[in-house]
Amino acid sequence: MRPLVVIPAFNEALTIGSVLERVAALDLGLAVAVIDDGSSDATAVIARRAGTRVVRLPFNMGYGVALQTAYKFALREGYDCVVQLDGDGQHEPGDIPALLEVIERGEADLALGSRFIGGNTYWPGAARRLGMHFFGFLAFALTGVRFSDVTSGFQALNRDLLEFFATERYPADYPDADVLVMLKRAGFRIKEVPVRMYRKPGARSLHSGLRPIYYVFKMLLSISMTPLRREVIERRET
Amino acid sequence: MDPLLMTPHQQVFAVLISLIVFLLIIELVRRRRVREEYSWLWLLTGAVMILLVVWQQLLLLITRVIGAVSPVTTLLLCSLLFLLAIAIHYSVIISRLTTQLKNLTQEFALLESRLSHPERR
Repeated sequence: MRPLVVIPAFNEALTIGSVLERVAALDLGLAVAVIDDGSSDATAVIARRAGTRVVRLPFNMGYGVALQTAYKFALREGYDCVVQLDGDGQHEPGDIPALLEVIERGEADLALGSRFIGGNTYWPGAARRLGMHFFGFLAFALTGVRFSDVTSGFQALNRDLLEFFATERYPADYPDADVLVMLKRAGFRIKEVPVRMYRKPGARSLHSGLRPIYYVFKMLLSISMTPLRREVIERRET
Repeated sequence: MDPLLMTPHQQVFAVLISLIVFLLIIELVRRRRVREEYSWLWLLTGAVMILLVVWQQLLLLITRVIGAVSPVTTLLLCSLLFLLAIAIHYSVIISRLTTQLKNLTQEFALLESRLSHPERR
């Protein structure tokens, strides 16, 4: 297996260096690519200086587009497995092997890092947790599977999934709980793996300002669209 | 004269507005400020409006069918529906352009990344 670690990063000059160091310190000889989502700071420079391959989007396109770029990159460069973690240091690189193992053993198509199983983790704020519970419940209602951490961006994917995500089926503006619902309906196997996540000091997360309102709306719409779309069923039939 | 018919005053005004829109779009297309493929809904709107104003019997028929009180309401409703259609048409176009832009941007980033790493392949 040829795994690739991908790190989507937008203005993460402060943290990207240490994330890359910690990945290198695993000493697994993992290939790493940083997807620089149009940062205006030195993110790309720092990553290149660390000897990392950088794919630089010319302007900020959002987390989902950066991730999909990573999937397309992995496919073109002949990798057959991707581990993704955030560039803000929120995800513990030490848990990469645990995620990879699930994919390498063929136990699942998606290894979903969960901060809520295994116990050693932080708890996000009340509003965020409410959203997680709500969408976790919705995902459960639609798929019959309980996910403990539907908003986790710390994941590993196999090649089948990369190919599935490299198309327009991938909801590139806010990929989240709706992706899990879509994958389940398309017959992909998902396994949750305990991982460590840290609270980023002074975090300006994806879910701040007015965005939570749009997020909730978009997620509701996206999740309810999933059962209505034929393409997912078509994938299952082939 | 049917009391429901539009007065000549109203007719002249409505035809004038429709004509102005129609000619404006034609002129924009001529100057290549609007592409042909994005002009057809506007031209159709203008043409249908003129037709309805000139052909009063048709306007009256539609008014009765939809249960409106006055033909002017029907005309207003028609123009509103056309505007709605145009707005939705644009949403579809913008969505398509957004997808194309996304794919193009990704393609650019991937190619540029490969160019700056010639050792691969």
